[in-house]
Amino acid sequence: MKRAKILLNEETVNVTINEANQVLTETGSVVEEGTFTWLPPCEGKAFVLAINYADHAAELSFKAPDEPLVFLKSSNTLIGHDQKTYQPDNIDYMHYECELVVVIGKEAKNVSLENAMDYVGGYTVGNDYAIRDYLENYYRPNLRVKSRDTCTPIGPYIIDASEVPDPHNLTIRTYINGELKQEGSTKDLIFNVPYLVSYLSNIMTLTPGDMIFTGTPEGLAHVYPGDEVITEVEGVGVLKNTIISETDYLSSL
Amino acid sequence: MLYYKTRKNDQVNNVQAQAAFEVPLENNLLPAVNGAVIGVALNDKGLYQSLEKQFNEKPHVSPPKTPVLHIKTDNTFIGYGDTIRIPNNMGAVFSGPSLGIVIGKKACRVTEENALDYIQGYTIVNEVSLAETSFYRPAVKAKCRDTFCPIGPWVMDAADVETPQNLTIKTYINDTLCHETSTNQMIHSIEQVIAYISSFITLEVGDMIIAGTPLRTESLEIKADDVVMVEIEKIGRLVNPVAAE
Repeated sequence: MKRAKILLNEETVNVTINEANQVLTETGSVVEEGTFTWLPPCEGKAFVLAINYADHAAELSFKAPDEPLVFLKSSNTLIGHDQKTYQPDNIDYMHYECELVVVIGKEAKNVSLENAMDYVGGYTVGNDYAIRDYLENYYRPNLRVKSRDTCTPIGPYIIDASEVPDPHNLTIRTYINGELKQEGSTKDLIFNVPYLVSYLSNIMTLTPGDMIFTGTPEGLAHVYPGDEVITEVEGVGVLKNTIISETDYLSSL
Repeated sequence: MLYYKTRKNDQVNNVQAQAAFEVPLENNLLPAVNGAVIGVALNDKGLYQSLEKQFNEKPHVSPPKTPVLHIKTDNTFIGYGDTIRIPNNMGAVFSGPSLGIVIGKKACRVTEENALDYIQGYTIVNEVSLAETSFYRPAVKAKCRDTFCPIGPWVMDAADVETPQNLTIKTYINDTLCHETSTNQMIHSIEQVIAYISSFITLEVGDMIIAGTPLRTESLEIKADDVVMVEIEKIGRLVNPVAAE
């Protein structure tokens, strides 16, 4: 099952996506592409892993951490599939980051490594944009880098965990304007899915809809207004996003 | 005017009262807000001065250029009278008395001049934390534990708080006054904080900013079986018992 949320006639509607990639309402009627807006498919706490691929750690000249390096995003930053992310003026380093996102399916507190996968409801795709110009060495990466309005596309839908038999062998790819720019595999995760669920649930209670962005492999590049950025996790989904300038964003508000 | 939340038959009731004495405190109230909560770290003069030397050393290298923000997740929110749970074997736990700034109008790219127009009112926050051993990496483990953010008992309307930048904040543990500070100790003012955050985060109605917590000295440490109370002049008193997890 693939579940999503859309904005249709100014109302949030829960939908499913069928084998033919059609969007269906709960009553089974097809919603035509172009008549609705994709929303983030889940609502909850958003955890993100920094430096969770060894190759990416090397790319950023960091040594791989010995415990998960987790930061949080606030809900303002999440947008759905096929939406626009604005690039602030006067910056030089806006990087996409394609990530497998784990969606919690049931309440989890002090979960063991052995049972952790029982609490995974599904998966989706996240694009964890960073404006690296704004990095500072306080609560790094800080909110100005990572929790900006429009800066975290997620979706298009949540695919049930049962349909992703091995989340640790999925190819991750990012294309800018059709050109492959980033490629990796979730087999290279430093801290894998059950480890992250167990780890976080031993700090706090996780609830359905909470998201864990599992980190990104190497292959960073700057993007420009007008770029179409496609992030893809094999067997999970394809998430499209377009970069716009700050001026265009402000005039759209 | 003050605004608070109660639970009735599994429904959240939004209630208003003209005066504090009208609010029945014997029933556990819900956290006074339930939107996104963003805290401003290192926003207390004394705390900042105590760390100033370290800011020029590794890993910080230079002092912060912008207000330092953190997120309190919703699992941390509890209301007046709810119990703060102390985790096992995680070291000392500290209360973090602070003014809570509650947003009343969607705020996107607000100027300092207009910032106060976007505030519904003020509440009391106890931003509970494990020891703040590092400001280099996000403090999820120290700050986002269940029950680590009592909020309430109510939101006092901004119209009833004439000098929000000059309010005495007192912390009592087991009825003993153990810490006193004031909102005049903030480095970045209420207006500056709203203008900065809203320059890249759209604040929604009901979102809250934790204005700043003081240096967590031993006097703010809380232990199982304590009762901690944070009192802010013109707003009220937030009382929470403490127990082991």
